[in-house]
Amino acid sequence: MTAIAPPAQKPASPERKPTAMRRTGDWARRAPLLPALVFLIIVTQLPFVATLVISFMDWNSLYPDDRGFAGVGNYADVFTDATLRKSVITTIVLTVAVVLISLLLGLAIALLLNRAFRGRGIVRTLMIAPFLVVPVAAALLWKHALFNPEYGLFNGILTWLFGPDAPQPDWITEAPLWSVIASLVWQWTPFMMLILLAGLQSQPLDALEAAKVDGATPVQMFRFLTLPHMRRYLELGALLGSIYIVQNFDAVFTLTSGGLGTANLPYTIYTTFYQAHDYGRASAAGVVVVIGTIAIATFALRVVSSLFQEEEGRA
Amino acid sequence: MTAAVATPTAKPTKAGPKRSKGAPLLGLVAWIVGILFFLPVAWMVLTAFHSEQDAATNPPSLAAPLTLDGFREFFGATSGASPWPPLINSAMASIVSTLIVLALAIPAAYALSIRPVRKWTDVMFFFLSTKMLPAVAGLLPIYLIAQKAGMLDNVWTLVILYTSMNLPIAVWMMRSFLAEVPVEILEAAAIDGAGLITVLRRVIVPVAMPGIAATSLICFIFSWNEMLFARVLTGVVAQTAPVFLTSFVTSQGLFLAKVCAAATAISLPVLAAGFAAQDKLVQGLSLGAVK
Repeated sequence: MTAIAPPAQKPASPERKPTAMRRTGDWARRAPLLPALVFLIIVTQLPFVATLVISFMDWNSLYPDDRGFAGVGNYADVFTDATLRKSVITTIVLTVAVVLISLLLGLAIALLLNRAFRGRGIVRTLMIAPFLVVPVAAALLWKHALFNPEYGLFNGILTWLFGPDAPQPDWITEAPLWSVIASLVWQWTPFMMLILLAGLQSQPLDALEAAKVDGATPVQMFRFLTLPHMRRYLELGALLGSIYIVQNFDAVFTLTSGGLGTANLPYTIYTTFYQAHDYGRASAAGVVVVIGTIAIATFALRVVSSLFQEEEGRA
Repeated sequence: MTAAVATPTAKPTKAGPKRSKGAPLLGLVAWIVGILFFLPVAWMVLTAFHSEQDAATNPPSLAAPLTLDGFREFFGATSGASPWPPLINSAMASIVSTLIVLALAIPAAYALSIRPVRKWTDVMFFFLSTKMLPAVAGLLPIYLIAQKAGMLDNVWTLVILYTSMNLPIAVWMMRSFLAEVPVEILEAAAIDGAGLITVLRRVIVPVAMPGIAATSLICFIFSWNEMLFARVLTGVVAQTAPVFLTSFVTSQGLFLAKVCAAATAISLPVLAAGFAAQDKLVQGLSLGAVK
């Protein structure tokens, strides 16, 4: 990941003034940073270098004698492999859908919760719960207690509402990807809501009041005051959400075991490595994922760089 | 943002957004949405207290008698495997890695905010970029290294990995929190001749305590929830609670009440911590951008 080109930098931060603090040299400044930096490089970057090496090898742990140099063979496999190409698309659809839907829902709910009403604290507590349930537990809950066609809650509610003749869809079989998306949206909307609510509550009131005095409609106030103020929070939510959802494993693993066209990249690599024991090919797939992520990350980091803009003064 | 935060004008917003004409109706909508989102959790807990027979009915039985059988099953009264070793492994991996993250992230955040190294933004981006490296891309070498070192099925392997998983976000969060420490205090400490360790321990840590709490909470939640590494790198001895939960389902067929009891029990520590520290959670998730 070191390859990521950081967005064009503003000149290095202005030095702090007090001379008492400047006496010590650069190394004294760097020293506190080094343990974290060294640790992270060893634990995250070195394994990736090893992945890179293995990706050019024939290495299937089921055939330990056939280990050798493979050239770009694994990469050729990866690019011609229909399963893998499909899982790339699945990953994109899954991530974009979950991030977009949970961001929009989260914004709507944050706006609702930013108003005064009776029991606001209780409603916020209720809303947070999905984010706090262990993801595997949540996936099991959705699969067995909610989606189950025989005795799941969803079909139970349909029976309740429409009697014994109510339709009883088999949710996961009929709409596998949407089932995964629904469960993830349920888990991530509270996360987005929390970030966006924090943003709304930091909005200075005086500007809103001035606009109101000037006769702005609520829609105008939202469009021209709230939305621009919320931009950084929306970006932050999208960025953090994407980082975690691109890598989602638990929901896909538990809900569908990657079946029915829901295998995303982490799941596909997991099976290539863990079940097919094809280390070379799994590594090549991993490298391809990283290259794809670098492309997205470079773009995303440019976006995050706006997070620094208002902080320059301090640094 | 952060610059503005320190000024008192930003504060009153939290106290009370004003009520307008549509308020009661929108309040009702908020309640309905909140209940809808909570419904699956409530259903999980309710089912956990039902007998297997009552759990598997359609339409659902709300008035069925409550029983502790599901929890008794889970805690091993009737079945073989005890959940305690996995729960203890999870607690250990989460708590120890969170402590190490703090020990590494606080000095790093100091070097990135209070006396920033040159090019500190580049360093910040590097930290975040390691989060974008998909975990699976490093999984195989980590597996092989752990295997060579005899560290497979060992909680400490998870401690190291969870530390690296949470460190970047923790550095980002702590940097934002430390950036709020008033300059005057630091200058006073510098004039008194306090060294780095003293400044961190006596000045920064106490002032940034809410931020440290928020960071710890989020690291704890992500570690407690992690499954991919735990699944690949642990077996019997170091198995964590989420992995135990999945084995719980596959090895014994499906018992809905028991699964819900297990899911409830395993989620309980995070639910309790999250509910207790909601405000900290909000601050932490916005990477400390909001105070």
